Amino acid sequence: MTEQELRLDGNAAAGLLQEIFVHEVTAARGACAACGSVGPMGAQHLYMSPRSPGAVLRCSACEGVLMVIVRAGGRFRLGLQGLVWIEMQDVDATS
Amino acid sequence: MLDLVDETPRVRSLVLAVPGWPEHLAGQHVDVRLTAEDGYQAERSYSIASAPAGERLTLTVERLDDGEVSPYLAGELRAGDELELRGPIGGYFVWEGALGGPLLLVAGGSGICPLMAMLRLRQAAASAVPTRLLYSSRSLEDVIYRDELDRLVAMGSGLEVIHTLTRSIPEGWSGLHRRIDTAMLGAVAWPPAERPLIFVCGPTPLVESAAESLVNLGHEPAHIKTERFGPTGG
Repeated sequence: MTEQELRLDGNAAAGLLQEIFVHEVTAARGACAACGSVGPMGAQHLYMSPRSPGAVLRCSACEGVLMVIVRAGGRFRLGLQGLVWIEMQDVDATS
Repeated sequence: MLDLVDETPRVRSLVLAVPGWPEHLAGQHVDVRLTAEDGYQAERSYSIASAPAGERLTLTVERLDDGEVSPYLAGELRAGDELELRGPIGGYFVWEGALGGPLLLVAGGSGICPLMAMLRLRQAAASAVPTRLLYSSRSLEDVIYRDELDRLVAMGSGLEVIHTLTRSIPEGWSGLHRRIDTAMLGAVAWPPAERPLIFVCGPTPLVESAAESLVNLGHEPAHIKTERFGPTGG
């Protein structure tokens, strides 16, 4: 199977991210540490398969790793080495 | 589960009543978890095909013969059976009337599902947002929601549906008969100057190729939202 065939959109990680974050994260914007691109998490490239223990989110501009989520042994480990920042909607703020 | 609707020979819609369901947005999905008697669990994501409507929702499932979950959902499940759901999920690949348009929807096969939720919401809200759907199917028999799409177009609310068939065509077919390509998208899409909101959903190769074509045609990448199926294993 080629890399292209394995690729998903970051929005496919919404369920997994909902297990970890209080906020809806696929609509959140983040900045790539490798190339500086800014975009919503849902628009990045996701590599995740139903039988794998985790997911890798890569920058859609440079393919740098943004986020690694591993779910095993009763815990989540979240690696955020590729994100300079992430910005979420403040749900308490009046819109 | 309340009801089953066979959409095509391989695709079935499941109408569910979910107590306490918080109303979803058009384009969101749910995770469906099945647990075998020995405790083995399998979970898959399915787009919600219905417009927000209280505690009811419709999932449309394509039966993949080598899949773990879809043969059960689209084959064995009966009205009255119970399912374990998590959702609604996702806040990125969504459309609400307030986002306006014009709206360009591009679907391949069962990629129509989340886009159908948007069309049904548009209809329920009596929205007149100019909308075009370019929908690629293998054959006319494989077109999901064919009658409903015809009815929505006939209402004259500014919706156009353009079908393209990639394998067999019926006798006398005058429509498109090839895979979605740049020329087709150029002919169907609004000019980039009109800044259409674009949603593309389908198998990964179709989504990648359509998104690349749209960027080459001059559409803003930030206005193109994609949802790839990928090799999820059904």
